[in-house]
This record gives sequence, structure tokens and C-alpha cells, in this order.
Amino acid sequence: MPHSTELEEMYGDMVTARHYEERLQEEYLEGKQPKFDISAGPIPGELHLAAGHEPAAVGVCQHLDDDDTVTAPHRPHHVAIAKGVDLKRMTAEIFGREAGLSGGKGGHMHLFDPDVNFACSGIIAEGCPPAVGAAMAADKRNTDAVAVSYLGEGALEQGGFLESLNLASVRDLPVVFVVEDNDWAISMPKERVTDVADGSRRADGFDMPGERVDHNDPVAVYEAAERAVGRARAGNGPSLIEVQVHRRMGHFMGDAQGYRPDEEIERLDRLDPIPRTEERLRAEGITDDRIETLRELATDRVEEAIEWAKEQPKPAPGAAHDDVFVDSPAGPAAAETGGDD
Amino acid sequence: MAEATEPEQTPRELTMSRAMVEAIATEMRDDEEVFVMGEDVADYGGIFDSTEGLLEEFGHDRVMDVPISETSFVGAGVGAAQAGMRPIVELMFADFFGVCMDQIYNQMAKNTYMSGGAVNVPMVLMTAVGGGYNDAAQHSQTLYGTFAHLPGMKMVVPSTARDAKGLMHAAVRDDDPVVYMFHKRLMGIGWMPAPDGPKRAVPEEPYTVPFGEADVKREGSDVTVVTLGLHVHRALDAAASLVDDGIDAEVIDLRTLVPLDAETVLESVRKTGHLVVVDEDYRSFGVTGEIVASVAESDLDALEAVERVALPDVPIPYARPLEDEVLPDADDIEAAVETVVE
Ligand SMILES: Cc1ncc(C[n+]2csc(CCOP(=O)(O)OP(=O)(O)O)c2C)c(N)n1
Repeated sequence: MPHSTELEEMYGDMVTARHYEERLQEEYLEGKQPKFDISAGPIPGELHLAAGHEPAAVGVCQHLDDDDTVTAPHRPHHVAIAKGVDLKRMTAEIFGREAGLSGGKGGHMHLFDPDVNFACSGIIAEGCPPAVGAAMAADKRNTDAVAVSYLGEGALEQGGFLESLNLASVRDLPVVFVVEDNDWAISMPKERVTDVADGSRRADGFDMPGERVDHNDPVAVYEAAERAVGRARAGNGPSLIEVQVHRRMGHFMGDAQGYRPDEEIERLDRLDPIPRTEERLRAEGITDDRIETLRELATDRVEEAIEWAKEQPKPAPGAAHDDVFVDSPAGPAAAETGGDD
Repeated sequence: MAEATEPEQTPRELTMSRAMVEAIATEMRDDEEVFVMGEDVADYGGIFDSTEGLLEEFGHDRVMDVPISETSFVGAGVGAAQAGMRPIVELMFADFFGVCMDQIYNQMAKNTYMSGGAVNVPMVLMTAVGGGYNDAAQHSQTLYGTFAHLPGMKMVVPSTARDAKGLMHAAVRDDDPVVYMFHKRLMGIGWMPAPDGPKRAVPEEPYTVPFGEADVKREGSDVTVVTLGLHVHRALDAAASLVDDGIDAEVIDLRTLVPLDAETVLESVRKTGHLVVVDEDYRSFGVTGEIVASVAESDLDALEAVERVALPDVPIPYARPLEDEVLPDADDIEAAVETVVE
């Protein structure tokens, strides 16, 4: 059970993440009125928001330090926030600004913050192998760092995931695989793509501990992650945790969700993890005033990041040609034209 | 492949996605062995509308949503095709080829040859390509060169609704594997506005557009602009504005990369002497180099000047000024034309 400061921290990250997604949704859609055009507005391209996924992020990352590695999939913001990614620079990246984490090259699906060892990838399950590699590095160097790989339940049918489980298991590597089960992979319900409703059972096939957290509760996630991260840090190998989360929004912004029953969205409203976590805080003796303060701090932090990001200059077009290599090849052609720009 | 059976135009206009779906539905009605599988192809109707409405008519058995397991379902397409069926398999974005490349490169493309022709793979691998909407490096590529490079796969890239329908009919009926690449920007999807060009009058009845026949989209005498996909429309825009500079550009839409209609390109260059090749794929080792080489090899003397307009060899960046910098547009094409005719 997390102590009350930890509970407050987790709640703070949850409300930060929720407010962040709601504000990004506004910014994203505002630029796409009256007619939705994916490439218009201050945030163009695809945008996958994670409202309803917060417990999986905060309950696990509460056990992590900057030296621990996290890889996230296409729906990364809540995990990035819980991992301590620089919120201002992340926001600037999403708005495509020069001060962004990648100078505007990556965008929302490709956030990299090496200061806290965070990375993500838009290709399903392809964050798993690099997490295994980070764990391999920790293992070889005898540090006590661990790696956590986040993925959706839809990614469980992907080779990159299953192969990573096996490699992590046979080498006893310090990895925790965290599956966020929101029941949907875009329009495909879980039961259409697998007969194994409980994804944590995948661990059985690789002889590693697997645990499912059935309700979208940060404390239950915290406890499961305490065991899994503890095992990894102690050199006892990988684990798998699956968390039932909720996709409160469309798969991406602009998804009309015609395939999804309305009752489900109403049901998820009643199960919203944020008010339920507030109940927990109250039960721990945290006052309503304190909860209000935590909410305000979160809102201010998000507003400040968005405001800052929008003030940043856009990248100079020529920057598009930099960074293909850290060490640009200097062949005769490059010398002739004066390098790679 | 059957002879071209293009009937007269009728006034009905379709978006490219409607035209593709119409061809698929007709083939499915005519042949029980044709089925569709891919991610989100059933209830969603394809993320880019490429299968919109098929579920309602054909049900979940013939319009199959499959797990996010591309190696497994692309490979299952190969196996079903070798068993004599005619699967249409959708790979949601061409960029995802990485997780299933073995099934594409080592199985689908090679089984016919490795079996000495004893086996054939009559499948269609359809996939969305292209950028221009800030989806960054993992969701914006065309990869034309990557796919056309390996022997054993035919490869088609429609630029209009009319061609999209005819090429789809031809692809499904073809006895070899066909990679059918549709540009997202051309589909006419509500949330991704298309240029005016692709939506066309499309005949109601089935017809095929034969493989290996480029289409001269605009005749001209000063310069030959060779391209495909979205950039056919960019090149036509450039040609229209070049008229003001007194330059008369011929625009050739390759339509199929494998087989490649090198003859039409060569004839045009013999007439104009100037060649500009425009490609949304990376510059090196790709379509632009291939077209220039094929002309140079056949008739070096016909070539007075050449320019390539392509994506520089960088992954596609996210932010708008960066993406605009690297993706070729009509201005880049105009500038290249002006350089070669000077
Ligand atoms: C290899 C690969 N295949 C398909 C996709 C397209 N795609 C993006 S998100 C997604 C659904 C993912 O579902 P899940 O893993 O459950 O995560 P969720 O989106 O529900 O959070 C798909 C199919 C992709 N990005 N990569």
C-alpha cells in the first residue's frame, strides 16, 4: 500500500495526465473547425489520447527512477508524465516547435527524453525489444536499473511482444511488461482477436510471473508493480502485468466510434478512475482542500506547458536535413557541397 | 492478364476509395474464392475507407478483421492464395511492412520462382502510402522503391478513381501477387481532404486497366515529367502554371511500377529531350534513379538534361515546416522543369 505522499503524487500525475489530454483534445479540434482536416491546426497528424489509462501509468512509474527505462506505444502521454518527461518540451514537440524534445521531428508518437530514459514508437509492440535491450545493458553493467515496456492488449498478438517475453525470460532480464487492456484495438474488440481474455496468462507460456489487475485502480497497480519491479531489481527476472484500463475517447481524435456501443461509454463514465482515486485519498485522511490544491497544481502545470509551447518558434525548414546521423558521413560529395546542409 | 476492356466514360463520379470498393465487391460477388482480411476492415470499413460497406454485404466470414499480427495474416494470405483462393490482404500502412517483411519478400514474392513455376500466389496486398499530413517518420512513407525492387511482385499505384477501379479488377484477377498501393491523400476520406484530380467519372460496369501501360496525362513538347500517385496531381498543377512561362510539359503517370512502361517514357523523352522524374519516395536507390537509368541505357543521346525531384534521404519529419521542406511539391517540380529546359 502506498503511503499518503505517494498517493498524492500518483493522484497528482493522474489529474495532470487527464487535464493534459482534455486540453490537447481542445487544441487539436479547435484547429480543425468547421471541417475536420487532419493536417490543419496547431497540432496536426494523428493524436491518440489516454484519458482513462492513468492508473497503469502512475501505479508502475511510482516505483521507477530516472535511470530506469520506459518504452511506450502510440498512446504515450500519461506514461511520459508519470515517468517525469519534461512536460514543456514534450508539449512543444506535440505542437511541432523547435524547443520540442526532438525539435519537431518526432511528434506525439515519437517522444524521446533520454534524461529520464523514456522513448516511444508508433509501431505496435516494437517498443518491447528495445526495453529488453535496456534491461540487457543494466544486467551486463550490474546496475540495478530496470526496464518497463508498455503496450496495449491489441499488441499481445504481435511477434515483437512474444519474442521479447521469451528473450527476457531465458536471460532473466529485469523487464516488466505492462499491458494496458482497454478492450479495443481501434475498432476491434478483444474477443475478436484472441481467445485468451486474461492477457497476463501469456506469461505462463514463458515461465514468468503474470498478474492481472482487474479494476482500473492505481493502488492495485502500485501493489502489483511493487512485486514485479522488486523482482526485476533483485535480479529475479521479468514479469508481466495486465491492467484493465478504459479508453474514454476515440482511438484517435476524429474517430467517430460508430463501432462502439453508447452504453459502454456511459458505463466508463461511472467507472472513471479519477473520482474513485479521490475516494481513496479521503479514506487516507487527505482533505478535500488538499485534493483541490493538487488539482489546481496539475491544471496550472498543464496550462503553463501549453502556453510555453505555443510561444516557441517553429523549426527552421533546413533543420529537416540534420540528425539523420550523429556523425554525418563526410565523403567526397559531402565535402564538395560543404556538408549535409 | 485479360486485354483492357475500358468502356466509354459515364458521368457518375466516385472517390478513389468508392471506386476500389466497387471493384472488390464485384470480384467478391463473382468469385466465392475472393475474400478480404486486415485490421479494422470489417466494422470500421478500413481506416482509409478501402473496405467501406463490404461487411454489410459479405459478412464477417469474407471480410475478416484479424489480430495485429501482420506476419501471420499476410503469410496466411500467401498460404490461402497458394491453396487457390484469391485473398485481398490489407496492410494498414505500408510503413508496417517491417513486422511482416519476410512473408512479403521471402514467401509471397519468391514462391513462384523457387518452385520453378509449380506454385503461384494470386493475392493482392493492398496498403496505404504517403505523407503530407504530419504523421511523421513511421506513418508517412510510400516505399515505392523498396517494394518495386524485389522481383516477383507486381506493383500498382493508382492516381485517379477510374484507374483505381480498373487496377483493382486487374489485380484480383491476376495470377501473381500484386502490391496495390493507394495514396491516403487521394482516397477522398472526409478527414483528409483530397486534391480535385482523383475524383473522376467512373464507369458502372467492371473493366480492367492493364499493367505496364503508363498514361500520358498531359501532352507537351518541351519536357517529360514522369511520376505516380499523388504527385501526378502535383505535376499537373506545375504543368498548368508552367504554361505562363511558355513551357509545355508532358506529364506521364506510370500507374504500375512492375511491370514498368519504359517505352512510353522513352518515346516522350525522344520528343522533348528533357526529363524530370518526380517521386514521393526517398531519392537514392529508387524510382527516380530507375527511370533515368532506363532512359539513359536505351537512348543516351535522346537525353539533354535530367532532374530528379524526390524526398531527400531523410526520414519524414513531423512538424509542418520540416515536412514541407522535404516533401516534393508543385513548386519543386516547376523549379526542376525550369532547370532542365534552360
Ligand atoms: C505493426 C502495426 N500494425 C498496425 C498498426 C496500426 N495501429 C495503431 S494503434 C492500433 C491498435 C492498437 O491497439 P492496442 O495495442 O490495444 O492499443 P490501444 O490503441 O487500444 O491503446 C493499430 C492496429 C501499427 N501502428 N503498427
